Amino acid sequence: MTQTPNAAPMPPHPIVALDQVTKRFPGVVANDRVSFELWPGEVHVLLGENGAGKSTLVGMLSGLQLPDEGGVLVEGREVRIASPARALELGIGTVFQHSMLVPSLSVVDNMALGGPWWSRPDRAGVARRMAAVCAEIGVAIDPEARVGSLSLGEQQQVEIVRALMRGSRVLILDEATAMLTPKGAEDLGALMGRLTRLGIAVVFITHKLNEALAFGHRITVLRLGRKVGEIAPERLVALGPAAATAEIVRLMFGTHAGTEAAGGPPRARPAGAPLLDIEGLAVDDASVPVAGIDLSVAPGEIVGLAGIDGNGQKQFAEALAGQRRLAAGRIRLGGEAIERLDVGGRRERGLRYVTDDRLGEGTVGSFPISLNLLLKQVGEAPFWRHGIEQPEAIATHARRLVGEYDVRTPGIETAIGKLSGGNIQKALLARELSGQARAVIFAKPTYGLDVQNIRATRQRIREAADRGLAVILISTDLEEVLELSDRVAVMSRGRIVGVVDNNAEARSRVGELMSGVTA
Amino acid sequence: MSGLFTEAFLTSLVLGALTAGLPLMLAGLGEQISEKAGVLNIGIEGMMLFGAYLGFLVAYATGSVWLGFLGGGLGGMLVAAPMALFCIRMGLSQIVIGIALTLGAEGLTALLHHFQFAQSYPRLPAVETLAIPGLSAIPVIGPALFDRPPIVYLAVLAVAATAYVFRSTQLGLALQAAGDKPAALDAAGVDVVRVRTFAVFSTGFLAGIGGAFMSQVGAGIFVPFMTNGAGFIGIVLAMQARGRPLWVLAGALLFGACLSATTALQVAGVSIPTDVIQMLPFAAVLMVLVLFGRRASLPPALGTHYVRGAR
Ligand SMILES: Nc1ncnc2c1ncn2[C@@H]1O[C@H](COP(=O)(O)OP(=O)(O)OP(=O)(O)O)[C@@H](O)[C@H]1O
Ligand SMILES: [Mg+2]
Repeated sequence: MTQTPNAAPMPPHPIVALDQVTKRFPGVVANDRVSFELWPGEVHVLLGENGAGKSTLVGMLSGLQLPDEGGVLVEGREVRIASPARALELGIGTVFQHSMLVPSLSVVDNMALGGPWWSRPDRAGVARRMAAVCAEIGVAIDPEARVGSLSLGEQQQVEIVRALMRGSRVLILDEATAMLTPKGAEDLGALMGRLTRLGIAVVFITHKLNEALAFGHRITVLRLGRKVGEIAPERLVALGPAAATAEIVRLMFGTHAGTEAAGGPPRARPAGAPLLDIEGLAVDDASVPVAGIDLSVAPGEIVGLAGIDGNGQKQFAEALAGQRRLAAGRIRLGGEAIERLDVGGRRERGLRYVTDDRLGEGTVGSFPISLNLLLKQVGEAPFWRHGIEQPEAIATHARRLVGEYDVRTPGIETAIGKLSGGNIQKALLARELSGQARAVIFAKPTYGLDVQNIRATRQRIREAADRGLAVILISTDLEEVLELSDRVAVMSRGRIVGVVDNNAEARSRVGELMSGVTA
Repeated sequence: MSGLFTEAFLTSLVLGALTAGLPLMLAGLGEQISEKAGVLNIGIEGMMLFGAYLGFLVAYATGSVWLGFLGGGLGGMLVAAPMALFCIRMGLSQIVIGIALTLGAEGLTALLHHFQFAQSYPRLPAVETLAIPGLSAIPVIGPALFDRPPIVYLAVLAVAATAYVFRSTQLGLALQAAGDKPAALDAAGVDVVRVRTFAVFSTGFLAGIGGAFMSQVGAGIFVPFMTNGAGFIGIVLAMQARGRPLWVLAGALLFGACLSATTALQVAGVSIPTDVIQMLPFAAVLMVLVLFGRRASLPPALGTHYVRGAR
């Protein structure tokens, strides 16, 4: 599995290096005297739990941040990468963790962006080169589609393709596989292999250790802003996957963490009248029309919704939550019809939606955590009385949830956008699972989270079901669906193509359904 | 009332719509460029007024209409410069600075005008028109639309040119990105500050010419506060047009028609109190907002300052 680097003799300098860099943000030291070397022909994996400082580190290579202390070296010479434009000039291309696409522009226009002002964007040429790259990594993207209409997974594919099209000699992928299907991630891994053989260096950030071991040559582990270990290529090969995993987990979380197996005790299969009942739901949508969805969920039941990203999961979830108009169909919650209610009405009746778009629709990045935790209850007692904010009640509520859900933050007044991805997700869970919840829809709840946060989040989902909530779990990660669900529904091209009980045959049945083998 | 729809009445109605609508169109077009790039340009009223003043002054001093318009555009850009500096570079509130610039321009032009023309009120000669052969012979709309000063034709061409820039140039993409997601534009290697600065200066130039049109063509004279809210109507036009220059043109003519309808009615002998006349365009603004306000869509980054790497 693990390969040795491909470049022939070792060059005298790394392509890019960070020398003892420190970067501080209000309240945190995001990078504390970190050194980092990137050699040609290598995939250098960067690991670390949520908030460890990975994105900050690559931000200094891609021109988003300037280090407070320490130097950046490109081919042994000290440089100042003060803007993304400068980074591109130096041949450093980046796929950022948070989308860097313009939603209102088409895919080609996003890729063409950045030429001389008065020139015409070369749309035909871009589309041609795009098609070539797409073919190479085995993805299909409609060049004319408006980016805003694509799912997050599709947007991530667009960004990867764009970075590859630029022909950079350093490619940074910040959690680029988070939204890809296992097959998509594998194709990307193979592509990284081919690129490194051409002498390109890749920085690969991921939370999936199996990917790190399969695609990486060198591994660096960050923890709380410090570099706590580096595994050189020779040693990585010598260790073998099992020993390497153990070592990495030890580095990431300290000695005692992460050894017990994931997954709680097997739960009794719940039965009873359905709590959430969906009948003939249909949504009009230009890219993926959704039709004929029938699904019912019993109290205490987790129904997994598996499928390749972009097959109507987003449209379905939003329609269910009330963010999109239904073209047809009925939704009943505890026997009461709710399809005519708006988002607030459905929430009041106990329907909750944990979105996968944490920073977009899930939270208001510039608002403090305390308000984000009440975003859907603005104006309600006891937090507001006669339209007047009750700071004491709001703060108490926030402190309780922050503690209960282990949101790591400098304070409850910190703007939520400044937290790392994992902590934003915890805050979101805290908001949606507290109060009078009866049915919850989770959309890709663990995407972008580190191993520990994934475990904590899955535990929350299990607990929610144990409390008698009806749970729909939308995920592109089949392992997750199989680990948590009682039943698995498979979605393909806007329809549910099959529902199977989660037993020994489930994996192969779901696989068949996903790949289009008829039921 | 039988003689209401005479040819003379209709011609004056269409002509009035054009004369009153053209400055609105230039303001709306300018504002649209700023808004597309994510800048809410409230200073546009001040830019128009300063353009009206400087345009008049230059035209009066040099006797050249063309230099007058150029002066008007420059005047608008002079007011745009502090906007670019304070809001785009330094990140101060676009609303506060915009209001300050408008108030400043109002005071300054009134003061300068007062000192300069305390005794005499010079008038500019009527601007020469350019008849387009053939089209100008059409009854009613011929003389009203196709026998106009050349700047009118240029202004309409500017609408087409803007539409072309928006749709088919890198600059158009960059403007759109600056208003929708500046971080993405920055990541693509384009300087957000430069794009927005360009947008604000374009707004100043177009609004300034619009103001100069009011003083040089519309009135033939500069009067303090003469733009009288035209810039603000331009803001409404830009918001309603949702990024489409052609809609600005259509909306401006509609507002222009409202403005001129009352004058035309007076020509036809229907008497209406002047207070009502002056209210009409604003009533029209309110109407449009009530009817279509919901559908106005604004760029997500409108009015915000872009800081790289902040979150
Ligand atoms: N622009 C910013 N302003 C303020 N604080 C920031 C900023 N960027 C990062 N931080 C803080 O710096 C720390 C490191 O964040 P970073 O995003 O680098 O973590 P990460 O390792 O990428 O985490 P994740 O896996 O969740 O993406 C976090 O505590 C975060 O809250
Ligand atoms: Mg990160």
